[in-house]
Amino acid sequence: MELLYGHPKSLKPIQTKYCPGCGHGVIHRLIAEVIDELGVQERSIITNPVGCSIWADLYFDFDSVQPAHGRTPAAATGIKRVKPDHLVICYQGDGDLAAIGTAEIIHAANRGEKFTTIFVNNAIYGMTGGQMAPTTLIGQKATTAPYGRDALEAGMGYPIQVCELLATLGGTKYLARGSVNNAANVRKTKQYIKKAFEAQLRGEGFTMVEILSPCPTNWGMQPCEGQEWLEANMIPFYKLGEVKNTLAAGAGAEGGSK
Amino acid sequence: MAEEMRLMKGNEAIAEAAIRAGCTAYFGYPITPQNELTAYMAKHMLDHQRTFIQAESEVSAINMVYGAAAAGARTMTSSSSPGVSLKQEGISYCCGADLPCVIVNVARSGPGLGGISPGQADYFQSTRGGGHGDYFHLVLAPKSVQEAADLTHEAFDLADQWRMPVMILADGLIGQMMEGVVLPENRELSSLPKKAWAAGGQADTHRPINHVSSINLVPAELEASVIERFKRYDRIKAQEVRYEEVNVDKAELILVGYGTSARVSLGALEMAKKLGIEVGLFRPISLWPFPEKRVAELAAMGKKFLAVEMSMGQMVEDVKLAANGKADVHFYGRCGGMIPTEEEVLAEIRRLLKK
Ligand SMILES: Cc1ncc(C[n+]2csc(CCOP(=O)(O)OP(=O)(O)O)c2C)c(N)n1
Ligand code: SF4
Ligand SMILES: [Mg+2]
Repeated sequence: MELLYGHPKSLKPIQTKYCPGCGHGVIHRLIAEVIDELGVQERSIITNPVGCSIWADLYFDFDSVQPAHGRTPAAATGIKRVKPDHLVICYQGDGDLAAIGTAEIIHAANRGEKFTTIFVNNAIYGMTGGQMAPTTLIGQKATTAPYGRDALEAGMGYPIQVCELLATLGGTKYLARGSVNNAANVRKTKQYIKKAFEAQLRGEGFTMVEILSPCPTNWGMQPCEGQEWLEANMIPFYKLGEVKNTLAAGAGAEGGSK
Repeated sequence: MAEEMRLMKGNEAIAEAAIRAGCTAYFGYPITPQNELTAYMAKHMLDHQRTFIQAESEVSAINMVYGAAAAGARTMTSSSSPGVSLKQEGISYCCGADLPCVIVNVARSGPGLGGISPGQADYFQSTRGGGHGDYFHLVLAPKSVQEAADLTHEAFDLADQWRMPVMILADGLIGQMMEGVVLPENRELSSLPKKAWAAGGQADTHRPINHVSSINLVPAELEASVIERFKRYDRIKAQEVRYEEVNVDKAELILVGYGTSARVSLGALEMAKKLGIEVGLFRPISLWPFPEKRVAELAAMGKKFLAVEMSMGQMVEDVKLAANGKADVHFYGRCGGMIPTEEEVLAEIRRLLKK
C-alpha cells in the first residue's frame, strides 16, 4: 500500500514546547518533510539558534549544532565548509538574523555560502518576551516599544525587508518569502524550501527562505487572530514570492530573476 | 627524512605547524602583529585544498571555528589582543560545548586599541576564562620560533585529547622575529583521531544523532556537567603542566617569566653570573595550568621570586598564589609595548639582593 501522508521520519513524534498558534512547529514540519523527500536525513545538520527555536534539537531527528546568538551563519559556514556534501540548514529568528547577527548573515550571503537559511520572521523577539525586533512593523507594540514602533520621532528605525536587502549581493542565488498563515501559503512555502535545499545540494550558492510566522503569545492575540493579523499587516509589507532566483536554468517552475 | 632547519618568522612558523598538524579549516581577520600568519594560511591552506576564510570580524572567525570544530575538523583562528577580546564569547561557547580548536594570540599592548608593539597584558584574559561562565582552557606560551611551531603542532593533539580550546599566547616579538626552525612532522589527515561526537557523517555509521550544544536550562543538570568538566581540569593539572628551569638549585632568587620576558630574564641571569651573582629562571610554558606545585616547592625551599613581565603585573599573581605567603615575591614589569632590558632586570636583581 502506498503511504500518502504520515508523520515525517526526520521529525520526532513528540509534542513541541511551542505556544498554540506558533509558526515554528509548522516550519519544522515542512523542513522535515522536504528532507524526507530528498532522502538526506542522515546527512543533514541544522543550527538551532538562540531564540524560541533553540529547542529544534529536541524535535528534528538529525544532527544539530547550537551557536551563539546571531553567529548562526558563521557557525553554519564552518559546518558547511567542513561537510560540503551535507545539507546544512541555518535556522534563524529575526532578532538572531536581522539585529545581533547582521554582519554574519550579510557576509555569509555575500560569500555565497552553500547552506540554506530558514529565516523565521515573527516581527518580534519571541523567547525573551516580546521586545521590538528589526522586523517589527511601524505602529506595532512591543515591550520595548510600548507606544508602538515609531521610526523617526522615537528613533526606532524602519522594519527591515531582509530578502530585498540581500538580493543585491552577488553570492545570493535564491531568496524567497513564504508564510505559514494558511494552507495555501504553507504549501507554497514548502516548495520554496524544497527548491532552496535542492539548489544547496547542487552547490549553487546562498539560498534563503524567509517565512512569516505568527507569535500570538507576544503579539497578545489568540492563535486565530494571529493568523488574521499576519495576513492583514505583515503580508502587505513583506511581499510573498521569490524575491530573487538566479538558479541554474531548469531548476524550478517559478524561475527567473524578479 | 629529517627536516632541515629553515629561517622563518614566528607567525609563519605557527601557520606552517598548524597545517602540518592537520588543520583543515582556518578563519582569521587582519590585525597587526599577526598578519603574516593569516597571509600564510591564505596561500597555503588553499594550495592544500583546505578551508581558508578571511572573516568579516574576529567574532565571525571564532564562530566559524565553532562550526568547523562541531563538524569534527581540526580548526584554528589567530589574532592579536583586541581581536582576541572579540573572540571571548565564542571561546566560552567552545568550552561550554567541549569543542577542540586552537586559538593563537600574538599579543600586543593595551588596553583599548593600545599599540602594536609586543605585550603580555592578556595573561588574565587568557588564563582566567576570558568570557562568561566557569571555565578554563589550556594556554601555552612559546619563547622562540621553534617552540611556537612545536607548541602549535602539539596544541591540536591536546585540543582533541581534552576536548577544549588550546590557546597559544605569543607576543608581537615572537610573531615578528625570524629564527631557525625545524618544522614538526606532517600529519596524514587519515591518521587524525575520529570524533564520534561531532555533527555530520551519520550516514557512515547510522549512529544515534549528535547534538553539539552548550545550553542546559535545568540547574542541577548544568551544575553536574560543569563539575564533570572541572574533574577533567584536575586531570589536566596533573598531566599537562610544563615549565623550564635554569639554575634554580643554586639560586637564592628565581626570575619568573614566560615568552619574551623569559628570554630577557635569561640574559639578565647570565649577566648576573658574570658578576658572581647566582640567580635562577623559572619559565612557565603552560600558563594554564600554571605550574603551581613546582613554584610552591621552590617557595618551601626558601627561594625568593622576581616576576618579570611585559605588563603591570598579572602572572605575578599566580606566583603569589602558588607561593602562598611562604616566599617573597617581587615584580618588575614594563608595559605599553616596552620590553624590559636585561640591564634593567639585572639592576632589579642587584637591588633586591643588595649585591
Ligand atoms: C548575546 C546574547 N544576547 C541576548 C540574548 C538573549 N536572547 C535570547 S533569545 C533572544 C531573541 C530571539 O529573538 P528571535 O531571533 O526573533 O527569535 P524568536 O524567539 O522570535 O523565534 C535574545 C535577545 C542571548 N541569549 N545572547
Ligand atoms: S513565544 Fe512566540 S515564537 Fe516563541 S514559541 Fe511562543 S508563539 Fe512561538
Ligand atoms: Mg522573532
